[in-house]
Amino acid sequence: MPEADGDRLAVRKTYKLYLAGAFPRSESGRTYEVAAADGRFLANAALASRKDARDAVVAARKAVAGWSGATAYNRGQVLYRVAEMLEGRRAQFVAEVADGEGLSPAEAGDAVDAAIDRWVWYAGWSDKLAQVLGSSNPVAGPYFDFSVPEPTGVVAVVAPASSLLGLVSVVAPVIVSGNAAVVVASERAPLPAITLAEVLATSDLPGGVVNLLTGRAAEIAPWLASHMDVNALDLTGVDDPELAADLERAAADNLKRVVRPPAAAPDWTADPGLDRLRAFLEIKTVWHPVGV
Amino acid sequence: MTTTAEPLADVAASGATLRRFLHGLPGVDQVGAEARAAGLATRSIKTTAKAFALDLAVRMVDLTTLEGQDTPGKVRALSAKGRQPDPTDPSCPPVAAICVYGDLVPVAVEALRGSGVHTAAVATAFPSGRAPLDVKLADVRASVDAGADEIDMVIDRGAFLAGRYLDVHDEIVATRAACGDAHLKVILETGELATYDNVRRASWLAMLAGADFIKTSTGKVSPAATLPVTLVMLEAVRDFRAATGRQVGVKAAGGIRNAKDAVRYLVVVNETCGDDWLSPDWFRFGASSLLNDLLMQRQKLATGRYAGPDYFTVD
Amino acid sequence: MGAFDYAPAPESRSIVDIAPSYGLFIAGEMVDPVDGAPFKTVNPATEEVLSEVAAAGPADVDRAVAAARSAYDTSWAAMPGRDRAKFLYRLARLVQERSRELAVLESIDNGKPIRESRDVDLPLVAAHLFHYAGWADKLGHAGLGPDPRPLGVAAQVIPWNFPLLMLAWKIAPALATGNTVVLKPAETTPLTALAFADICRQADLPPGVVNIVTGAGDTGRALVEHAGVDKVAFTGSTEVGRQIARSVAGTRKRVTLELGGKAANIVFDDAPLDQAVEGIVNGIFFNQGHVCCAGSRLLVQESVADDLLERLKRRLATLRLGDPLDKNTDIGAINSPEQLARIRELSAVGEQEGAERWSPACDLPDRGFWFPPTVFTGVTQAHRIAREEIFGPVLSVLTFRTPAEALEKANNTPYGLSAGVWTEKGSRILWMAQRLRAGVVWANTFNRFDPASPFGGYKESGYGREGGRHGLEAYLHA
Repeated sequence: MPEADGDRLAVRKTYKLYLAGAFPRSESGRTYEVAAADGRFLANAALASRKDARDAVVAARKAVAGWSGATAYNRGQVLYRVAEMLEGRRAQFVAEVADGEGLSPAEAGDAVDAAIDRWVWYAGWSDKLAQVLGSSNPVAGPYFDFSVPEPTGVVAVVAPASSLLGLVSVVAPVIVSGNAAVVVASERAPLPAITLAEVLATSDLPGGVVNLLTGRAAEIAPWLASHMDVNALDLTGVDDPELAADLERAAADNLKRVVRPPAAAPDWTADPGLDRLRAFLEIKTVWHPVGV
Repeated sequence: MTTTAEPLADVAASGATLRRFLHGLPGVDQVGAEARAAGLATRSIKTTAKAFALDLAVRMVDLTTLEGQDTPGKVRALSAKGRQPDPTDPSCPPVAAICVYGDLVPVAVEALRGSGVHTAAVATAFPSGRAPLDVKLADVRASVDAGADEIDMVIDRGAFLAGRYLDVHDEIVATRAACGDAHLKVILETGELATYDNVRRASWLAMLAGADFIKTSTGKVSPAATLPVTLVMLEAVRDFRAATGRQVGVKAAGGIRNAKDAVRYLVVVNETCGDDWLSPDWFRFGASSLLNDLLMQRQKLATGRYAGPDYFTVD
Repeated sequence: MGAFDYAPAPESRSIVDIAPSYGLFIAGEMVDPVDGAPFKTVNPATEEVLSEVAAAGPADVDRAVAAARSAYDTSWAAMPGRDRAKFLYRLARLVQERSRELAVLESIDNGKPIRESRDVDLPLVAAHLFHYAGWADKLGHAGLGPDPRPLGVAAQVIPWNFPLLMLAWKIAPALATGNTVVLKPAETTPLTALAFADICRQADLPPGVVNIVTGAGDTGRALVEHAGVDKVAFTGSTEVGRQIARSVAGTRKRVTLELGGKAANIVFDDAPLDQAVEGIVNGIFFNQGHVCCAGSRLLVQESVADDLLERLKRRLATLRLGDPLDKNTDIGAINSPEQLARIRELSAVGEQEGAERWSPACDLPDRGFWFPPTVFTGVTQAHRIAREEIFGPVLSVLTFRTPAEALEKANNTPYGLSAGVWTEKGSRILWMAQRLRAGVVWANTFNRFDPASPFGGYKESGYGREGGRHGLEAYLHA
């Protein structure tokens, strides 16, 4: 993060949560110190509480109807707009990713470029999912029968340590299909996530579609995993296998769809395929008689 | 319009009111109606139930001959068969009616005298219905004057399909008046009505206009009677009685050739309208070859061996 | 009783040959259990003991999983898809050849009317096997990448409401995709699964590809929790589904769950009323209401409520309850005394909560487990009978005024398996179908099933789909 530009003393940013389209502090008033990979102080991030998580779920639920009801074309355009905004803030992301993950500027640049490209890739899926994942079903009778994918609803995501590319790779597939997300950012490197939230806030994405919490996954995630108004849980960023198992067990209370942590450290530059899109979609089948 | 049931007296006040009423009837989903009929067709009617159904079916037959080549001799033979369908079995009941063209009514009336078997005449320029109204009414009066106590008329399908419901209605009303004391069966010719929605509307239209019976078909158009069409018409007479208190009969005519089919129709009557329609007064089969199959099945039940067609008369 | 009184028309049960006792089907052979205890399976219509079957213990489950693993490693996974297809086609044909026997056996063990086992269950069993047979050599075209891989050993636990059909729903996609199977049929309905073991023998299916272990909840738990299984597929109650979801937490087992439901069947004032009545009857009284996707909540628009209920009651009076083997029976026996107790309890609660209870005049047989078709009117969303799955022939009737109200009430449930919509207005059907939170929406029809048509729930009705291309995803690594 550029501390000083020549003689000028920089104006530092206060990193806050992103809830319902606004940037509040944690209701708990807590913060925690975020350091660079080399130990340098970067910022005090909000230390989100269970009540912040609760508020995030409320905001996400409220956003589901409008966002899932928007046309796929509209969702695609909004997401593409996000990519445009990402591109405009490229330098800021490179700096934050480099600091947070201890990457060289070139490595961080590659990661940010991949993240922007990944976002564009997912944006384009909005109006193709139904054709690729849906079907017309040739049933043995006088019925027209078709299946379409629909968003599952509110998805809680524990984002991985890859602070922007990993984050983008788990958030974009959730929302492109019409879900709303509550995202717990990388605990160690949350600053790119907050900056992403600033991008989202200026990209026509309706408030509440993405809600971003910073803090301790071990503290916040159990409330999300057990929340009865959350439909799915992505545990990709949970490193502790016992915590992951506990969260999966809690998720069973209302039979959330669960994406487990990957078996091996994921290569975020690889072709993501459709698995993450599929994981948060329901297939709805509709029957109607064919007659005169 | 004395025959129009009171609660619905205003329905036919104008073409607009009649149209509004008929198009306000619940729709019929083709697939659902056909699935229901097919489901009922899987009923397994055995032993005592079969005996009951076969006898009832015989009693419901309108034994029919409607050919250009019909002769007085054939009508006399048919009448004799109608009075006593199985001469080897005195327990076999007579049929409901003999159904003929108008010019042969006197022959049938004479041959059936004292038997209780009715004489039915097709009229109103059967089967097409394409004649001026005064000709159709003269046709009806001639048959009634000759002694027919049942008149099978055809509706003007052209007018119906064109949406001129009041014309169809008024023609039925006029025919009803021309019938005097004779029972009026109104043939919808469902094979030309294209949809079950139309079958339901035509059923109500005929009943509103005073039909004593509604009948599926002339037998001259394919498809003639089908199980789902008959189901829809039975639903209509059931609902009409619930709405007006007046009971109307149903006649399934054409295409019913064997006992198994006839029993299926009776199952549909039984489970759609119930006991009140399980009588020749309220349900009929318009048929010719059906009767012999019913008789063969009766004999099989009585003797335990399969019957052969050589032992039953053909016309 | 009317004038036209249908004489008994019983299907002959001489076509089935039930052994006095059965072992477990492991590695291609019927074997005696190692640590399992015997239990009895009864005919729910007569309480007659039909046979004694084995409750497989942990060692038996272990053996079955080992057999499945061995078959997976040595024959099945590596077999060319076209050969797996041929085996599945054989199974389909054998089911067709023996369909009358299997239908009678199903009705005897389950209590469902022969009309349904013969005309619905068995044709769908064969169709399902046929459908997935054709997929076995086309998996690269299923949208899961060019070379999707099987998962391994599938643990499959199925319910008692459609015993053989649920077996087919589970086994067909698993085998087509190259997985091997250990299947546990329900405790009260093991016999058709054991007959299917004989069909596997006739098909010369390689030993261990299909293993069948009978037993109750403990056997199911041992199977689901066995470390050697890679996949768990369960159809049954939401409560057990929850337990399974908990038990696999922290493992790499893939899971699909097809659970309970409390479907709304919504009738608008412009519905085809006579067909709607049939759909309502089929929706809740098909299979004695032992159907997870049953239309157990009737939502009817106020303006036609009286007319519709009158039609419905008149129709219900024609339902024939009794001997499941009588070809004219519409309503058979409740599958078990436990289920009967549950139906009775919730029906009593319905009355206590102030709903009005109605059943047609209906004689119940003296022996066996029976419950008459029952309709509750004056039900509100707050009543337990409007919220809890009864899994019996009990319909709760609610009314609504506007489409929005119908939609809100329909979605106001933790379940989301199915829904019905009845209206002749096309745009309203699509509006409702888009907004109903349910995996299957039947518009102007109800309770239709087809192997090509994906089936499965939203929310607490489970996850994963069965049927069609979507059904393959549950058994493959993309």
